[in-house]
Amino acid sequence: MEAGKHNANQLVTEEEERAIAEKLPAIFREFSQERTNLLPILQRIQETFKFLSPGAMRAVANYIGISTSEVYGVATFYNQFRFHPPGRHEIKVCMGTACHVKGGDIILENFERKLGIKEGETTPDREYSIERVACVGCCALAPVAVVDDKVIGYMQPSKVEGLFLQFEIQRKIREGQIKAEAS
Amino acid sequence: MGEGRKDIEDRYKALKNKVQEELEKEKGDGIPTIRVTMSTCARAAGAEETQKVIEDTVASLDVTARVIPVGCLGHCYAEPLIIVEHPQTGFPPICYHSVNAGKARLIVQSYIKDADPAFEYVMGAMEDNELIPPVTTFPRFGFEERIVMAHCGRINPWDIREYIALGGYSALVKALTLEPEVIIDEVERSGLRGRGGAGFPAGRKWRLGRTQKADRKVVICNADEGDPGAYMDRTIIESNPHQLLEGIAICAYAVGADTAIIYVRAEYPLAVKTIGHAIKEAETYGFLGNNILGSDFSLSVRIFQGSGAFVCGEETALIQSIEGRRGMPQHRPPYPVERGVWGRPTIVNNVKTLSYVPSIINQGADWFRSIGTEKSPGTAIFSIVGNVKHPGLVEIAMGTTLRTLIFDICGGIANKKAFKAVQIGGPSGGCLSDAFLDTPIDFDSLTQAGAMMGSGGMVVMDEDSCMVDVARYFLDFTQKESCGKCTFCRIGTKHLLDILDRITKGEGQEEDLTILENLARDIKQGSLCGLGKTAPNPVITSLRYFFDEYVAHVREKRCPALKCRSLTAYYIDLDKCARGCEACVGSCPVEAIFTTKGRKKAIDQSKCVKCGECMTACPKEYDAVRKVSPPSLAPIIERPHEEKVKEGA
Repeated sequence: MEAGKHNANQLVTEEEERAIAEKLPAIFREFSQERTNLLPILQRIQETFKFLSPGAMRAVANYIGISTSEVYGVATFYNQFRFHPPGRHEIKVCMGTACHVKGGDIILENFERKLGIKEGETTPDREYSIERVACVGCCALAPVAVVDDKVIGYMQPSKVEGLFLQFEIQRKIREGQIKAEAS
Repeated sequence: MGEGRKDIEDRYKALKNKVQEELEKEKGDGIPTIRVTMSTCARAAGAEETQKVIEDTVASLDVTARVIPVGCLGHCYAEPLIIVEHPQTGFPPICYHSVNAGKARLIVQSYIKDADPAFEYVMGAMEDNELIPPVTTFPRFGFEERIVMAHCGRINPWDIREYIALGGYSALVKALTLEPEVIIDEVERSGLRGRGGAGFPAGRKWRLGRTQKADRKVVICNADEGDPGAYMDRTIIESNPHQLLEGIAICAYAVGADTAIIYVRAEYPLAVKTIGHAIKEAETYGFLGNNILGSDFSLSVRIFQGSGAFVCGEETALIQSIEGRRGMPQHRPPYPVERGVWGRPTIVNNVKTLSYVPSIINQGADWFRSIGTEKSPGTAIFSIVGNVKHPGLVEIAMGTTLRTLIFDICGGIANKKAFKAVQIGGPSGGCLSDAFLDTPIDFDSLTQAGAMMGSGGMVVMDEDSCMVDVARYFLDFTQKESCGKCTFCRIGTKHLLDILDRITKGEGQEEDLTILENLARDIKQGSLCGLGKTAPNPVITSLRYFFDEYVAHVREKRCPALKCRSLTAYYIDLDKCARGCEACVGSCPVEAIFTTKGRKKAIDQSKCVKCGECMTACPKEYDAVRKVSPPSLAPIIERPHEEKVKEGA
């Protein structure tokens, strides 16, 4: 699938943007309007909403009193920040040296193949997203993947299958519940 | 000084006595203690489940035991580890390794309930005794000489009292009763060199900081450990955060700073939580904050989280990022120690450097100098990972040889493979071949060999690692992490990477080898900061020590280590393949394996993604999957016609 298609799916809706804007003032109150707080504010926003929306970055620029392009410039410089909403399940594959030596790229490829997206993308249903990370510091257990903030050591392509099976079961249960509630 | 030295000492003594009494009371009740390693790596190995099972089993068996989280012992290959103290049985504290849920249940049942230590799971005793062999009889423990890591994995990082009971913060107390110059003298005399990589004498940096005339100065603890393959800063913070805070406080007192910032990388959420908790505890106990222990020295410590940029490990870039800018290195001078964060004199030290300070103040410069070598005193902490049997963290005296470290301490190469190279110092370091195994580990010897101490990451590679691929990997990393300020670093590394990419795909040309060499030299000269100056190191050293491999890739389009995917192929040896065995078919993620007419299996080369799962899945007694380079060596077997029809339908 082309990357463009996913991006279309990942566009933030006006509704989402409004919901974010409502919660921003509470976050801003925790920080003084100083430039040195730029990264902590952005981190806090990402922690709350999982990504930085265009509206949120405009609001930050306004709050600190710098231009929006300054905020974009800083945010895009750092690997940590995301500009699209991630999936419900976030998959990070470690590409550190030890993981590389032990075949981390094969693990990443397996995730990509299984989901039909490339690293840095989210599935159109916003269920999964894949990222590569430089090193999570668990080198003795390489290769490593971080799935929903849980570090999984000694990854194997076959473990990837198991993981998705688990998630799909969870998803079915969840959707089943939603249906039950609606009826 | 607000109060005399006597008052500060008395205050501390009273506090220590109180804490010891409290802990003694808890211990004296005879309740067994189970310490579970709960650092990030242990959690990855399942420590959270182990802890839960232990708690559940204790509850269900109706026995009592205290379950305490501890940091990392450094023995990451054996995680999760637990240490059980059962005072009523007369056994010393016992260490168990690889404690999964099942083992945890059995150990609690057998040892806590029935007082039988379950010897089949015991790794060793933590103290010398006559009943159980102590862990120090293993080379992995025995060779080590621990200063910074002495208490790591043994004390609860979430309970300041355990650190105080062992004499923690006594170095700060001692420092507060001395003149700052005396402390700087001691650190200078100890010969402590910055453990962040460059090896700059810590004492000299502090003296420069001291002599700055400014009202407000800042100490920054650099914990932006960005090197892939290195994680000792994380482990130290997660295992003994108070030792670091004590070092920071002593440094701040010596240089005259009132603010300290701990810059931790964002990828280490547990380290951030641990140090955050430790700061609060230290403030409550009066070791940080206003008028520390009643003296007139005050220090506020805060955490700044990095945002995932490797270049921010460089001090000027790190300062930019604290100020809310892109983390781009700046021209020096002025050095941070003259004009750093918010224009104030700033002393930037690494986690390890600061963690050595309390021991140096307590035990003196001469003691520190008695360990290690003349020009690199003390110990070195390495995270040694990759293809060794016992990966993890090792703290050894400087001057130990690479051979001792890799073969004696870490058990040598895993899976009966041969040693090929060791990569030292992260992406900016270099790859050393077996000719360098007898090199002593210290700042100067490693630099001479073409590698560098760096932050202490060490990746051991066996014969299956391709050095061209490894060089390409590091270049890919540094190229992505270049901040883009210097043209040579920004475009030069990209060009280097493109060439290496081509070579690993079998598209390299003869002249590429000379271009690599020249370009690498130019990038080193044309870059401002350490990232660009060292980025070509992996290429330079691998060209120097593994030139044959480059030649094989370029001239013969062959990868001798069978690593580069474009230059290798898998096939199934029909003579060895067993009829009816389907192991490989099930393992293949892309359905590239099909059944031949003789009911044996073969690989469709056009579909194969070369993940190697079939090779792992093929039962040992058949051992039928082969890997070859160049790919033309793999026999081509056509997929039977009916298969194709079925697939189309």
